[in-house]
Amino acid sequence: MKGGFVKNLPKVYGLYTGGFAVFILIMAIAEQAGVSAKNIGVMFVAFTVLIYAFIGYLSRTVQVDAYYVAGRQVPTVFNGMATAADWMSGASFVALAGGVYFGGYTYMAFLVGWTGGYVLVATLLAPYLRKFGCYTVPDFIGTRYGGNLVRACSVFVLFIASFTYVTAQINATGTIASRALGIPFELGVWVGLISILICSMLGGMRAVTWTQVAQYIVLIIAYLIPVFWISSKVGGGVFPHLMLGDEVARLGELEQQFGLVKNSAADMKAAGVPGGLKYISGPHSGVPEGGMAVWKYLSLAICMMVGTASLPHILMRYFTTPSVKAARKSVAWSLFFIFLLYSSAPMLATLSKLALMDPNLPTGIIGKSISEVQSIAWVQNWSAVKQVFIADFNGDGILQLNEWFMRGDVVVLATPEVAGLPFVISGLVFAGGMAAAMSTADGLVLAISNALSHDIYYKIVNPKADTAKRLIVARVLLVLIGAAGAYIASFRLTSILGSVAWAFDFAMSGLFFPLVLGVWWKRATRQGAIAGIMAGILSGWAYLLWVYPKFSMAIWGVVNEPWLGIDHLRFGMIGAPVCLVTMVVVSLMTKEPDAATQAMVDATRVPTGKAVLGKQH
Amino acid sequence: MSNKDAYWNKTKNHMIVTLVLWAFFSLVVFMFGSELNTMSFLGYPLAYYMTAQGSLLAFVIMLFWTANKQEKIDEEHGFSEREDD
Repeated sequence: MKGGFVKNLPKVYGLYTGGFAVFILIMAIAEQAGVSAKNIGVMFVAFTVLIYAFIGYLSRTVQVDAYYVAGRQVPTVFNGMATAADWMSGASFVALAGGVYFGGYTYMAFLVGWTGGYVLVATLLAPYLRKFGCYTVPDFIGTRYGGNLVRACSVFVLFIASFTYVTAQINATGTIASRALGIPFELGVWVGLISILICSMLGGMRAVTWTQVAQYIVLIIAYLIPVFWISSKVGGGVFPHLMLGDEVARLGELEQQFGLVKNSAADMKAAGVPGGLKYISGPHSGVPEGGMAVWKYLSLAICMMVGTASLPHILMRYFTTPSVKAARKSVAWSLFFIFLLYSSAPMLATLSKLALMDPNLPTGIIGKSISEVQSIAWVQNWSAVKQVFIADFNGDGILQLNEWFMRGDVVVLATPEVAGLPFVISGLVFAGGMAAAMSTADGLVLAISNALSHDIYYKIVNPKADTAKRLIVARVLLVLIGAAGAYIASFRLTSILGSVAWAFDFAMSGLFFPLVLGVWWKRATRQGAIAGIMAGILSGWAYLLWVYPKFSMAIWGVVNEPWLGIDHLRFGMIGAPVCLVTMVVVSLMTKEPDAATQAMVDATRVPTGKAVLGKQH
Repeated sequence: MSNKDAYWNKTKNHMIVTLVLWAFFSLVVFMFGSELNTMSFLGYPLAYYMTAQGSLLAFVIMLFWTANKQEKIDEEHGFSEREDD
């Protein structure tokens, strides 16, 4: 039956995709028949979440290897989809296009960083970790270097990086659930958490894998349909990715015409611009001049790439493939599925920017009179919830480019409405955002609780625990971690928790070099790894406290200028080199690893032969 | 040199080639952003195109290529896995 299930996967997910298409059609008909927009949103989110929960229930398991690594039988392409869903968070889904919208070229360093990192995953790590046969990322570090201390150090880094990330995801689930279901945010967070736990608790990695595949299908449909539809509607052409050259050039002209003005912080404060809202102040396709601008672009791309290759919830997805070969191919498929969304985000940003900026289009608002703009229905709706804002700085009653403020999420959430698409599309976008946030949160919560249950509880605290006990502990921890994340998210401490970019910087500071050198440098020793991990994470952390204005104000009462342009988004540029140097120096100062360890590394490097860690361990 | 060492040398070289290509598309291209933007591709300014789509596509193609190449190296040295393993 098991083999049968894997063979039938294309059929199962084919039917599922067909079923989802039928559901969208039914909703479209319901909208025509007069069902309210709010109810359509509720049905979209409720229907998809119930399906995920059902998949989660069907995938329940009592076996250790199924719980930790989905029984290592996930086919290449499906693992690619699951990784893509694991990867693309609620923030990617709702905020990426908004980031490009406001940041233009400079922001797109994130696009390069969040895709280029997979080349490092595929060449340096994934196939070797798969061969090793570990259950978790700290499991590799703990076994390769030997000893409980190094294992505990890597769990520490994993915990900091993944927990930073997971609160942002639960926050996103809560935001979307509250908007779609019309409930308060605090309640939305807990509804989101329960949906996340139902998908992962009974079946661990196996359940998360099959729900993530389902979530990928929903989120990619929900992203691409609006992009293509809007493009043909506003005259961008049927295939926007290849056809928006003129639109990009036109945006350049409009930027010249309206002028890119920087508002002073004092002006914005005086006008009462709500926090988190942004305005366009940088060129869309133009490259900022100067060496510093180039360095800022490159350093951000490096941090995101190296961080990608160190994030445990991504690496552990490649532990689930049937072979080493499949792990390599699976990374390629993951990136292909990610590419489908990431290459569409700049197109969506271009289209939606043009729709608002071009005075020749009926949707254009810049350069019109403010009273006229304020009477547009969607502007009123989004102003009411403080997602858009108009400040007439020069008092001429005409909307200038620098007087229009908007939250980044609005680009994805409101563009269908702005372009005049039916509401069923907005409902679909809600379902997509929910799928994106849930799938990433699931992967992260599982990565943390697996590391705690396998590496801390089973490997260090109680090595004699039997299977039943291990799986109970794993599930209890899963619920506790999820609840802690939701509890923190419910306070809306996002300003303190900072950006998801921090998760990448933490991970690269403490994990990248210990992982890579573990495979590629036999001379790396336990002492070197321990020193490297701790020096990397602590120096990165200390630099973050020093450079992030909110922290440095609280601790020292001053705002520090970033050193060499390395700001809080890039603190991995400090942590990772410190980790590398410390690890190499300490390794060379200590005794070479013993023959058994060297043989272990040799075994890791070839695809055939026995795994270092057995099937059940 | 044993077969295993020969295999590992080839794998290492292949890794270096892949990382050079990776560095070209992720870093080198964007060191010359302003210069590249004076050229155009599909009607887009070139540096804009690369960061919005070109480099991303290059990474995808590179990963399929690199996996296939590595499989060939596996086969050459008899380290290819059987499908039923």
